[in-house]
Amino acid sequence: MHELGVVFYVVRDVKQVAEENAVEKVSAVKLQIGEVSGIVHEYLTDCWNWARKKEPVMEEAELKIEQIDAVSFCEDCQGEYPTVQYAKVCPHCGSERTYLKRGNEFLIKEIEVL
Amino acid sequence: MEKDVRIIEVKRSIFEDNDRDAARLREELREKRVFLLNLMSSPGSGKTATLLALAKALKGRVRMGVMEADIDSAVDAEKMQAAGVKCIQIHTGGMCHLDADMTRQGLYEFGLDEAELIVLENVGNLVCPAEFDTGAVKNMTILSVPEGDDKPLKYPLMYEKCDLLVVNKVDVLPYFDFDMEKVTEYARRRNPRIEILQISAKTGEGIAGLADWIVAQVREFTGVDGETRREE
Repeated sequence: MHELGVVFYVVRDVKQVAEENAVEKVSAVKLQIGEVSGIVHEYLTDCWNWARKKEPVMEEAELKIEQIDAVSFCEDCQGEYPTVQYAKVCPHCGSERTYLKRGNEFLIKEIEVL
Repeated sequence: MEKDVRIIEVKRSIFEDNDRDAARLREELREKRVFLLNLMSSPGSGKTATLLALAKALKGRVRMGVMEADIDSAVDAEKMQAAGVKCIQIHTGGMCHLDADMTRQGLYEFGLDEAELIVLENVGNLVCPAEFDTGAVKNMTILSVPEGDDKPLKYPLMYEKCDLLVVNKVDVLPYFDFDMEKVTEYARRRNPRIEILQISAKTGEGIAGLADWIVAQVREFTGVDGETRREE
């Protein structure tokens, strides 16, 4: 839903990192995105390909995306399970006292420079 | 020959950056004794109508100001100003939500000495605004009767993040299959602590109760009891 918004943050941060490291051309930006972060990778890439052209330092930078699988934790049985498959209810014990352990991230992992 | 690729580690989390910024903003607000209420809902649920009704109910109790966030236009801000409420319009420039930095810019533009309560009327949207902490002290969402009682099931994050759910347009309940018990159960399933109030911004029903809730929150956060002070 907010791919364009997060692309603006990525542009801002990559620009800052490039300046700090005296980088002239960024060739790739690697992101780590949680499976249930609500980010659609294709939309994000489309927004990136539009936004990068406005910044000379990253105009040729390719966006690389790594997914972080979503895992939920059950407070009752202390078990873990894949969130997307079972949602809120723990498949081990049927409890709803569960919370997302990982899978909501949006990280800039690294940038590649030629 | 392939050119060497240099890798620069960044390891920066977009959401965590914003969360830290939001926490800083809340501390600034505490020092300045300004209560920021983030109001989120879908378009057409009655955010502006509720704020207009509240402006009347809070008159003489709490000095209220409004920041209207929209992708474009100033129609909401014009309505608030016409009602005598200090208001500024924030344009998000195509963004579907406000983050803490944009909120801070808006607050300083508004002037933190200008009000004890500033309501941020977020972009009408049940998804994105819930993802970004604005730095608000409390979060409130409005669900209007015609939207249906299943919204907490469809947009769980919104209801997890909110301290208060206001069900608006209760005057038209007889015409819709809207089950108040169901909406309460669905919302509490997502967030056992959520408080729920029923209002009609149009008829004024429940507005006094909502105003009392807000006044209590503002007094607790700012530590200033205006009503007692006046009696002394």
